[in-house]
Amino acid sequence: MNEARAEAQLQNWAGGRLQPGVSLRQCRPTRRRVWRDRRNTALIILGVVITLIPVVMILYQITSKGIRTMDWEFLTSSMPLSFRREGGGFLNALVGTLIMVGLATAVSVPLGIMAAVYLVEYGKGNWLARLIRFFSDVMTGVPSVFVGLFVYTALVVNFGFGALMGAASLAIIMMPIIVRSTEEMLKLVPGELKDASYGLGAAKWQTVTKVVLPSAAPGIVTGVMLAVARAAGETAPLILTALGSYQLTARLWDQPISALTLAIFDGARNPFAAGQARAWAGALELLLIVLIFTIVARVMASRSRFKR
Amino acid sequence: MKEQAPDTQAMNSPVASSEATSGGTRVYAQEVAPPVTLSVAGVSEEGRATGSPAEPPVFSVRNLSVYYGKNLALKDVNMDIRPRRITAIIGPSGCGKSTLIRCFNRMNELIPGARVEGEVLYHGENIYAPGVDPVVVRRHIGMVFQRPNPFPKSIYENVAFGARINGYKGDMDELVERSLRRAALWDEVKNQLKKSALDLSGGQQQRLCIARAIAVEPDVILMDEPASALDPIATTRIEDLMQELKQDYSIVIVTHNMQQAARVSDETAFLYTEVDEATSARWGILVEFGPTSRIFTKPLDKRTEDYVSGRFG
Repeated sequence: MNEARAEAQLQNWAGGRLQPGVSLRQCRPTRRRVWRDRRNTALIILGVVITLIPVVMILYQITSKGIRTMDWEFLTSSMPLSFRREGGGFLNALVGTLIMVGLATAVSVPLGIMAAVYLVEYGKGNWLARLIRFFSDVMTGVPSVFVGLFVYTALVVNFGFGALMGAASLAIIMMPIIVRSTEEMLKLVPGELKDASYGLGAAKWQTVTKVVLPSAAPGIVTGVMLAVARAAGETAPLILTALGSYQLTARLWDQPISALTLAIFDGARNPFAAGQARAWAGALELLLIVLIFTIVARVMASRSRFKR
Repeated sequence: MKEQAPDTQAMNSPVASSEATSGGTRVYAQEVAPPVTLSVAGVSEEGRATGSPAEPPVFSVRNLSVYYGKNLALKDVNMDIRPRRITAIIGPSGCGKSTLIRCFNRMNELIPGARVEGEVLYHGENIYAPGVDPVVVRRHIGMVFQRPNPFPKSIYENVAFGARINGYKGDMDELVERSLRRAALWDEVKNQLKKSALDLSGGQQQRLCIARAIAVEPDVILMDEPASALDPIATTRIEDLMQELKQDYSIVIVTHNMQQAARVSDETAFLYTEVDEATSARWGILVEFGPTSRIFTKPLDKRTEDYVSGRFG
């Protein structure tokens, strides 16, 4: 750096105004500043890369190992009677997951959304709203195995293992996620839109169902899909409520039922190559299901945006 | 005008929902049965048509005070609003203009802690009387807000919204077209009714909001600074529109812009902030109310004179 330029910088720093005879091009940033800028940019990129490494590795490993066993037979047939035997698939587990996650979603989504509407539109800051909010927060932090234990002592002890018990535990896990994510989305709906609706003579429930919920729909769907993905990936509570099974069944009670996570768990912890291969394919299947659900839900939400 | 009157009356009479076919095909089924009849008592067909000064007021505000929590926001307002006139509410920031206009359709009670004392008589009946449903009040008294606030739906659905929630059974396409025409927006949007209302420009959005408000055939349209977020050309269009709408509707407008009040309104209310020196509490009072020409040329009150001559505010 020559002295004239250093001088020019100093003067410009002092006044913030260009000295006569000095052009803007002469006022270069100092090397120190350039270096800091690059260093911080590099640190941020490094952080992103480190975060991505495990995600990419998991995806790669599941895909590469799962794809070997993933075929039509795997998708359409149930477990062979021995882990040692090759062939067969996780149809029984897939059916179990779909039944239990479906039931849990059918129960927890309407209830969760209604609770969130109460929190935002009706309860605001009253004691009941604060109570719901507090317990939702606590519930999102409770380890899922506790939920399984709770359903075990409350239901399984009396009624036996089954899809309904599994669905109950999944619904309990999904509910607080849906309540809190929906609440955040409802809070984002501008008050101006509600004013417009009330100004047209809409009653409160009309405003909620015709303006507030449709406006928040895309965000609500995202939260619901988060909850569905979480439920589809739960293992611990299902061990205590659905138990798992090798049989293809669609019975809701009186009979243990399998789930993809349970089948993956069983396959992965046994010493036979065939069983482990099926577990990898099961993991890939679960991943794809969550992915498909998310895409379908997003598309539906964006389509419904401008309809009544 | 001639074909407008029966419909307006049908809207005002909650029992007329099944007999209101005389004025066209519009039939509003009142989903919420009003506990108290908001009648059009005292408003004769002749009185509506002529709009003479002797005609009874749409609104009579009596000793109206508004509190937000413990704070007094508006103190002891008395004024009459005449039918099919444009009444402007002017005054410096924070003097309670918006608070006052939101009293006319009970929008204030959507704000937690807001409390209203005194009476707002709508065709002689207090809209704050026990047993009056605010939802019913708002179906008779439409509102256009400061910032254009179309719903994130199609243009068509925006206009149809009010009619749908009111159980409108007639020809929706016709209603949408008529409302958009009256809001001077039809020609610009007739080929894109299914498009999102959010794709329109700000001025178009505000005219859409006006179309949405008049689609439910209100008696009064309240406008809370309807042009403050718009450019001068869009503002002119809104002002022209107001002149047309006043043939059929009573309009109350809050405006920051004194020129606008002078241009468009027939009567002007000037609000001003009073300050309690001891507690430095501030509240709005109605200083002067009268014909716009007099308020702007021969104001009676010194504060009005200072304000309209641009000495403060």
